[in-house]
Amino acid sequence: MTASTDSSATSNSTATSPVLEFDNVTLGYGDFTVLSGLSLTAKAGEVVAVMGGSGSGKTTLMRAATGQIGVMDGELKTFGQSMRHLGRAELQALRQRMGVLFQHGALFTDLDVFENVAFPLREHTRLDEGEVALKVLQNLEAVGLKAAAHLKLSEVSGGMARRVALARAIVREPELVFYDEPFAGLDPISMGIAARLIRRLSDKLGCASVVITHDVPETFEIADTVYIVGQGELKASGSPDTLTESDDPYVRQFLEGAPDGPVAFDYPQTPAFERWCRDKGVEP
Amino acid sequence: MKAVTTLAGIGAFTRRKLVVLGQLARFFMQLLMRCGVIFQRPRLTVQQVHFIGNYSLIIIAVSGLFVGFVLGLQGYYTLNRYGSEEALGLLVALSLTRELGPVVTALLFAGRAGTSLTAEIGLMKAGEQLSAMEVMAVDPIRRVLAPRFLGGVIAMPILAAVFSMVGIIGGWVVGVLLIGIDSGAFWSQMQNGVDVFNDVLNGVIKSVVFGVAVTLIALFEGWQCKPTPEGVSRATTRTVVAGSLVVLGLDFVLTALMFSN
Repeated sequence: MTASTDSSATSNSTATSPVLEFDNVTLGYGDFTVLSGLSLTAKAGEVVAVMGGSGSGKTTLMRAATGQIGVMDGELKTFGQSMRHLGRAELQALRQRMGVLFQHGALFTDLDVFENVAFPLREHTRLDEGEVALKVLQNLEAVGLKAAAHLKLSEVSGGMARRVALARAIVREPELVFYDEPFAGLDPISMGIAARLIRRLSDKLGCASVVITHDVPETFEIADTVYIVGQGELKASGSPDTLTESDDPYVRQFLEGAPDGPVAFDYPQTPAFERWCRDKGVEP
Repeated sequence: MKAVTTLAGIGAFTRRKLVVLGQLARFFMQLLMRCGVIFQRPRLTVQQVHFIGNYSLIIIAVSGLFVGFVLGLQGYYTLNRYGSEEALGLLVALSLTRELGPVVTALLFAGRAGTSLTAEIGLMKAGEQLSAMEVMAVDPIRRVLAPRFLGGVIAMPILAAVFSMVGIIGGWVVGVLLIGIDSGAFWSQMQNGVDVFNDVLNGVIKSVVFGVAVTLIALFEGWQCKPTPEGVSRATTRTVVAGSLVVLGLDFVLTALMFSN
């Protein structure tokens, strides 16, 4: 690992037990390893940011934490429970304590804005219609879309759809929330509001927030701990202040967006690519 | 060497098809195990019956009318040779309730509602909606697929009944109104000759079986498709081809079982 790892990263959190814990975890798909030797923790009330370039494995990390893919090696615990050998019922019970904002929103196109946000409440609670409406409108108000509750998804813009997805992710007040690219496609005002909302939710509800992003300024404003991944491993971690002062060339290049440095622009070669080259009769 | 290669190709093809068959069987079991949703959340199924039924109602009714017209004409030309024009009502009713009603409805259903179901599920998959449900601890098979499956299975016999009913009216229009066969003979021959259990009920059983087959194939293709525009497009085509062939094959088997002596 080439990272400058700051073990004394400061945290605003008052809680001690980690809600999410990666311990030397290796992740990948088939025979392709995306991330290896990853160690990361997120505690209640803490905002943890996972940053890295496109294709660095940030979303893979979230997919593993939500049980969509298994870990290849190492130990991954959610709410203190190992994600290995989990039964379906146990996994569903853990997922009920999580909220996820998907990279592309993943809103249900056959439902309107209100019903999309109400969906988790209708599926997992026995609230009456009035209570559902109250909660949904409160959450839509938090993302500035209360007056858009009646609109069909085809009538809202991409940025608005992401805010609807954000409202849906937090409507059940989960204990662990994953935000996959929460700032993508948002205008500067919405971006600032979304960032502050994530921070406020963690402070108010005491939930652990894992923000997967590559937007440096917004993230550094709200995060307690930042993990930077790249080239298949964890490159650096620490508080935003620590990373800002870091001399690590990888961190510097990433934060400053410099074109030259250790960050490779080329997509790494995979066994599948090598097989493809052999079939084509060309050198990899 | 060529023979070995051909044999290996046939083996690989058979193996691939067997794998798909196994996946289909497992998918069917998963659907059946979640059919309790009809009692737990009946509204979801009612919505789908309404939705799927509406998709196909117009095309089924119009097709039924024209099939009835043609049956009336063809039946009259043939029966006229033997001086048995009065049996036209019986011929039209038996043809529709036993065979054409269930079969043509299922073929039209595969082309209309079946493709819609495949495309809808495929696009939900492509848009990560099904993954989102799983992560929200909501079982997409129970929440999305099972109500659609039940909706298709319930809608099919209703649509087949509409098809047969409109077809009989079509036969009556041609036979009685246009050709001038006696209306009393048309209806009384039908009443005497059509057996509720042997003809109507067997027709209903056929349409339920076709409903299960076509809806299962449509949902399976959507569920298994590649989450890309091309993948969804191929899956919808496969739904029509596989659905239609399975309906015709099943019809032969069911007819042999139901109407043999």
